[in-house]
Amino acid sequence: MAVIKSEIRSGIYYDSAVLMQLQRSMSQLEGVQDAGVVMGTEENKEILAHIDLVNSEVNAAKPDDMVIVIRAENEAAALSAIEKVDELLTRKRSNVDQDYRPKSLEGAADMLPDASWVLISVAGRFAAGVARKALELGKHVFLFSDNVSVEDEISLKKTAAEKGLLVMGPDCGTAMISGIGLGFANKIRKGPIGVVAAAGTGLQQVTTRIHQLGSGITHGIGTGGRDLKDPVGAATFLMALDVLARDPETKVITLVSKPPAPQVAEKVIRKARQINKPVVINFIARKPTSRQEGNLWFATGMDDAAALSVQLAQNPPELKSTNQFPVEKFAKGQRYFRGLFSGGTLAYEAQFLLEGYIGRVWANAPINKENKLKDSLKSEENCIVDLGEDEFTVGRLHPMMDNEMRIRRLLEESRDPEVAVIMLDVVIGFGSHPDPASELAPAIVKAKQEAENAGRYLEVVVVATGTDEDPQNLDSQVAQLRAAGAWVSSSNEEVVNYAGSILRSINQPAEETFVFKPVDLETLSRKLEAINVGLESFAENLLAQETPTVHVDWRPPAGGNEKLANILERMKKFS
Amino acid sequence: MTINIDQANQKAIDAFMDARPVVVGVAKAKDVIPGMHDKLFLHAGPPVTWARMAGPVRGAMIGAMILEGLAKTAEEAEKRLASGEIEFAPCHQYDSTGPMAGVMSPSMMVYIVENITTGYKAFSGLNEGRGKVLRMGAYSEEVLNRMQWLNTVLGPAVDTALKEMGGIDLRTLLAKALHMGDDGHNRLDAASLLYTNLLAPYIAKNAKDPSVSFEVIKFLGENALSILNPVMAGCKTMTMAGHNIEGSTIVTTMARNGTDWGIRVSGLGDQWFTAPSPIVKALYFAGFTEKDANPDIGDSVITETAGIGGFAMATAPALVTFIGGTPRDAINTTLDMYQITFGEHKHFTIPFLDFRGTPTGVDLRKVVETNMTPRVNTGVAHKDPGVGQVGAGVVSAPMKVFEDALVAFAEKYGI
Repeated sequence: MAVIKSEIRSGIYYDSAVLMQLQRSMSQLEGVQDAGVVMGTEENKEILAHIDLVNSEVNAAKPDDMVIVIRAENEAAALSAIEKVDELLTRKRSNVDQDYRPKSLEGAADMLPDASWVLISVAGRFAAGVARKALELGKHVFLFSDNVSVEDEISLKKTAAEKGLLVMGPDCGTAMISGIGLGFANKIRKGPIGVVAAAGTGLQQVTTRIHQLGSGITHGIGTGGRDLKDPVGAATFLMALDVLARDPETKVITLVSKPPAPQVAEKVIRKARQINKPVVINFIARKPTSRQEGNLWFATGMDDAAALSVQLAQNPPELKSTNQFPVEKFAKGQRYFRGLFSGGTLAYEAQFLLEGYIGRVWANAPINKENKLKDSLKSEENCIVDLGEDEFTVGRLHPMMDNEMRIRRLLEESRDPEVAVIMLDVVIGFGSHPDPASELAPAIVKAKQEAENAGRYLEVVVVATGTDEDPQNLDSQVAQLRAAGAWVSSSNEEVVNYAGSILRSINQPAEETFVFKPVDLETLSRKLEAINVGLESFAENLLAQETPTVHVDWRPPAGGNEKLANILERMKKFS
Repeated sequence: MTINIDQANQKAIDAFMDARPVVVGVAKAKDVIPGMHDKLFLHAGPPVTWARMAGPVRGAMIGAMILEGLAKTAEEAEKRLASGEIEFAPCHQYDSTGPMAGVMSPSMMVYIVENITTGYKAFSGLNEGRGKVLRMGAYSEEVLNRMQWLNTVLGPAVDTALKEMGGIDLRTLLAKALHMGDDGHNRLDAASLLYTNLLAPYIAKNAKDPSVSFEVIKFLGENALSILNPVMAGCKTMTMAGHNIEGSTIVTTMARNGTDWGIRVSGLGDQWFTAPSPIVKALYFAGFTEKDANPDIGDSVITETAGIGGFAMATAPALVTFIGGTPRDAINTTLDMYQITFGEHKHFTIPFLDFRGTPTGVDLRKVVETNMTPRVNTGVAHKDPGVGQVGAGVVSAPMKVFEDALVAFAEKYGI
């Protein structure tokens, strides 16, 4: 048997919507069949009567009275419902401070206008569209999503280059900007090393090692693994390198990559060479030919790269200006190297090192048989002739004792209009010629003079091996050679590096220069604020790092309807 | 000629915002509405036939037949309405807007609201208050008596007052009301009081009999929706100022007839895009449930079209109780609407959001892109003729109308 209970409250005002809300809550209580919460107007009482929610108390209510009436299965249920009125009226429904989630990137940008980064981790087929919009809004992009086409990557990076923005990715797992980790990232101390990586875990490995060695980083910029592949051509890598080069906080730059496309790697290295900071390079599977070359240090692995970087940051090396090579003196067509050695090991090392600069080097005693000079008496392209080889010494003195043949060959090479650099070795000591420089120096003068007369410039470089206590006196030998105009060092490696640098400079292909608007350094160095589209955990991670972040409640454009999405895309051309 | 959508849209919403609607008078519909005639009955929303007409609209049509003296009983009225002798047309096609059923018949008194920037005039009936009312489909004797009283007593009294005071500037009044907790659509308590406050002295001054001024002022003051109809006509003058701009994707009409939901777009002329009207998520009056509810109905969504109403919900947090939410939900609703609108209003601002302008000018592109449609605060009518209002709540427009309009836009402009 149903029971009707009521309560009348006088002199109380509640918005009618609140009353309706209360009524709904009460009718959901256990044992309650129906509930009415209304002001006691005649009209309302009529309605209550109609649905059997009336008793004498309700009938007596005045228009200003609040009427609460319950029909329940039994008296206990009815009374307990009436008792709940105050509780229900004051109940808080949810957390008022719950943050707003915008539905679009524009909405997020409105909320966080200073955000310079957008993290994107939506499904690949939508990622490029979101990234494009982020670039339109002038934001750097951290593009975690994979399955983005190379065409999209190229076009995004092209737009980014025009706008001075970084596109890190696609498939960029990690980045650390001003001490804040994006995506998968470690907590790395701030410090003097800037890292650019076409390698997610590579960036993590190198930066964590740097941290463990007591140092830290300015920024760790990811580029996505394809950045150093052919079609993309290091677009992000070069922009990142450029911004770190301009960053006064960054003292050492460290470059890490999964196996890059060789020609793209060279492009990056060329760019790195122009930077007036030590650059440590570890491109996996790229065999470095020397440990150091100008401002570049080539690491053997990631661990080595980290250690080298820390070392260089702690003990900044003095960097020579890199533009001292007399490149402009050479005439058009001068492009080859000729090495005329007396010492076999010096010749071998020169071959090995030189290949790092100019590729194939022919030799009469080649490291690799494929590079054997067809005729030892006839030089070809870049080549190294060891005149101490048996073929030359049959019935003749070794060139360490007799300079005649080398002088003849030197003059011969100097007349070749394609020759730019000639390298000689001068090995002194017991058993050697008593004063080789006295014969070689005049020959060098002559060779250079003849070249000059022919409208060319000839660089002659010499490695002098010996000591100041040798009978010939190294210092005196060097002085004579220098007086003749030769570039001389007692380090074979240094001479080859010098020669190699010249040759690489004069043989540099007219490069399609990658033109980009430089990234505004301030957008990296100021307090990071970010917009996150996709994986919510990325936003949570940023918030945990006390980084202002807006997470976009993102949905595929046009709800995933391709036809409509295409129309929207085309409409952009009309706005 | 190639269009520039952004420029066209800017032009459209500038026209919205530069419009200055002033309530200038009250007159008989057939005397002031261009094209109105004795056998033309207007209704809310897009065009609809008698056969498809929703219960509340039928109910209001029946009431109007009796009011016009074209029928003595509901049965007779229904028969004649079904016979085709009466022409039905959307209010919106006759410079008018009607709340809920929105029925306007030739001899009903209507507000005249003029955009003094352009001279364009829009019209809307006199508000009857809440509960059992013609606009909700009720047509009992009590309802019709009230309509008679509005037409013969309140209408002329308000007209005289408006004429003497030189009209009431709605843009200023609304801007103020938004700062007093109104949204400009479902919650017009402040605006209606401001309105009554302005009118009262002139009504009192001009009434021949104090009992008339007493009744009229009491009715205006007690009805929290007194100003709804002039506000709607005012919003209509705003959106029409931005209508027919070549290349604009701004929605200039949103309206429902209880059967269909319809929109019109600035750059697409007078073509309607329609879809079935959804059910409102609502709180119901005692004794009613969702089963009693008619699908979404009325022209009052012209307020959202103009940038207030549900779009300005952040100014009216008390309203959220209708959806069982928190004040935060009200703010979020407004923040959501920024993402589908082209601009922010110059004159209507939201104190809580640092006086940011309300989201203004629904942009087709953004609606489709974000897959989020306009949210509307609205009343709910009983689905049967003759009953009236059963609740109030919140509804989102159907996506299809925006998608269809986008496709039509692309076709028209060769995109």
